[in-house]
Amino acid sequence: MTEPATPPPSAPPGLPVVTPTRVVCAVLLGLPFVALLWVSSYSRLTPAFIGIPFFYWYQLAWVIVSALFTAAVFVLIRREEAARKALLTQAPPTAGEPS
Amino acid sequence: MNQLASGGTNAVSLTVFLILFVAVTGVGFVASRWRRAEDALHLDEWGLGGRGFGTVVSWFLLGGDLYTAYTFIAVPALIYGAGAAGFYAVPYTILVWPMVFLFLPRLWSVARSKGYVTLADFARGRYGSRSLALAVALTGILATMPYIALQLVGIQAVLDTMGVGGSSGFGKDLPLLIAFAVLAAYTYSSGLRAPALIAFVKDTLVYIVVIVAVIYIPIRLGGYGHVFHDAATSLAKTNPATGKPKGSLITGPKAQWSYATLALGSAMALFMYPHSATGVLASKDRTTVRRNLAVLPAYSLMLGLLSLLGFMAISAGVGKGVKGFNAQLAVPELFQQMFPSWFAGVAFAAVGIGALVPAAIMSIAAANLFTRNVYREYFKPDATPAQETRVAKLVSLVVKLGALGFVLGIDKQFSINLQLLGGIWILQTFPAIVAGLFSRWFHHWALLVGWAAGMAYGTYEAYNVATAGKPNSHFGGSAANIPVVGQIGYIGLTAFVLNLVVSVVLTLAIRAAKPRELPDETVPGDYLVESAPLVPLTPETAPSR
Repeated sequence: MTEPATPPPSAPPGLPVVTPTRVVCAVLLGLPFVALLWVSSYSRLTPAFIGIPFFYWYQLAWVIVSALFTAAVFVLIRREEAARKALLTQAPPTAGEPS
Repeated sequence: MNQLASGGTNAVSLTVFLILFVAVTGVGFVASRWRRAEDALHLDEWGLGGRGFGTVVSWFLLGGDLYTAYTFIAVPALIYGAGAAGFYAVPYTILVWPMVFLFLPRLWSVARSKGYVTLADFARGRYGSRSLALAVALTGILATMPYIALQLVGIQAVLDTMGVGGSSGFGKDLPLLIAFAVLAAYTYSSGLRAPALIAFVKDTLVYIVVIVAVIYIPIRLGGYGHVFHDAATSLAKTNPATGKPKGSLITGPKAQWSYATLALGSAMALFMYPHSATGVLASKDRTTVRRNLAVLPAYSLMLGLLSLLGFMAISAGVGKGVKGFNAQLAVPELFQQMFPSWFAGVAFAAVGIGALVPAAIMSIAAANLFTRNVYREYFKPDATPAQETRVAKLVSLVVKLGALGFVLGIDKQFSINLQLLGGIWILQTFPAIVAGLFSRWFHHWALLVGWAAGMAYGTYEAYNVATAGKPNSHFGGSAANIPVVGQIGYIGLTAFVLNLVVSVVLTLAIRAAKPRELPDETVPGDYLVESAPLVPLTPETAPSR
């Protein structure tokens, strides 16, 4: 196993651990869990969609909704990480500044 | 019934199937020359495809890896047999993506930074504990073996439907043996590059077949409304074995706990499987991993649509009146009844090739685990990368032969039981791996005891589940009473909670005694490595080492 010649530096300082972006991301990632684990909220036959009972098309719709949420989180996290890096390369970072 | 029952072979289907199969075999062997590195003897090359796969290749590789042929056969088969209860696969494959979004990027980074090839490598480095790493490695190998065997069951279902193979013992198994020999040969020579390239063909075929199936078959059956009406009527009939209805179109109040816990527990288990980790670690950078987690749900949508084929099979009268009909054949027989011969051949090829991709990746992953965490750790600590690769290639053959033995020699039901147990077992490595990616709070002894408790409890509970209608049978399912809660739920998740409680309590107790700590070879920065050449976070900016 080849080891890196020098250990990478520790976590970059700059933004605080909890930022508004991260809170939004947590909500977006958490919503599918609430919706889908709450089985009694969707365990029914009507309204049907092109003949498919509610139970099935509702969960299939969540595949798409959840994928859109995850994609949004991907974009938000990338943007904030870029901001963190920018703060890191600039002069002394100002702690607590939201992105 | 029609000509299916007589076992006649359809020449057109078989020809299309064979052409596609031969083409894919060619791709498998050519793959060894694809993006070949200078140091082809390093285990990173054979076992992780050089760690250089971009978004598109990773997407096909992971999709082909996680959504296996067995899934395509088994999920609709479950719905064919029981209705709504089988649809848990959909919330399962939805929830897995937001969940792993939290920890897979960190896993990728630390593995890239420290050169880890397996999850057990990570446990070894993070906790410094050889025994914990061995527990993770053995659980992984044990859970993967029956999974490979089930891929063969998937191929067998297709071959059976096509009526291939003679009636005698050896002649019957010959087509499967040939398929397997081919798989073993190109995995040996090309490593992870073979399934990565073949996944392109496989998934293109699967997407075409599924899209055609969910539009064309309902039209022939008189629309979705008609399909579900037929299914409701059929599922409401009494099962003579249990004296209860066979299933239902929606989950009843009593079944909702098991529906939700199965979905959640399975989602948590998925990325603890060695083959999933192999697929992730082969990505070229952290952003590739994250981007893929946002686009992989396309496969979940396909799986959801595919599962509806179970209802279509009921509506089309597949297996109607056949005593002891094997539900695994529901989808292949539906294809044969509904599609023109040539397209049925394409569909069968999609399933058959679909089995080869995960089987190859799983055998590579199990071989990586054995090589890195058993051979190198316990037998030859000074093994060179070239020696590691040689051992891994040989082990991949042994693993596949073992799986073949499972399917041919032992009762098929045994591998299905073992795969069910495998899911429960692999979930018990979750606390050590996922908690370890965020903190070193847990003590390695506490994690080990928690793991053992979860394994023992899960195995015992699964053993006690009887098959419906057969009182003294064992391993009849994966749901049992949850103590304290008093509902029926997924055994794996209950065992996981027990595991976690034991780990927390013991960690508190051990920490109170202030023991000597084992070294942690990772630092916080390791978990954030991007591997982007522009950012000098890491010295290794070369695409492969």
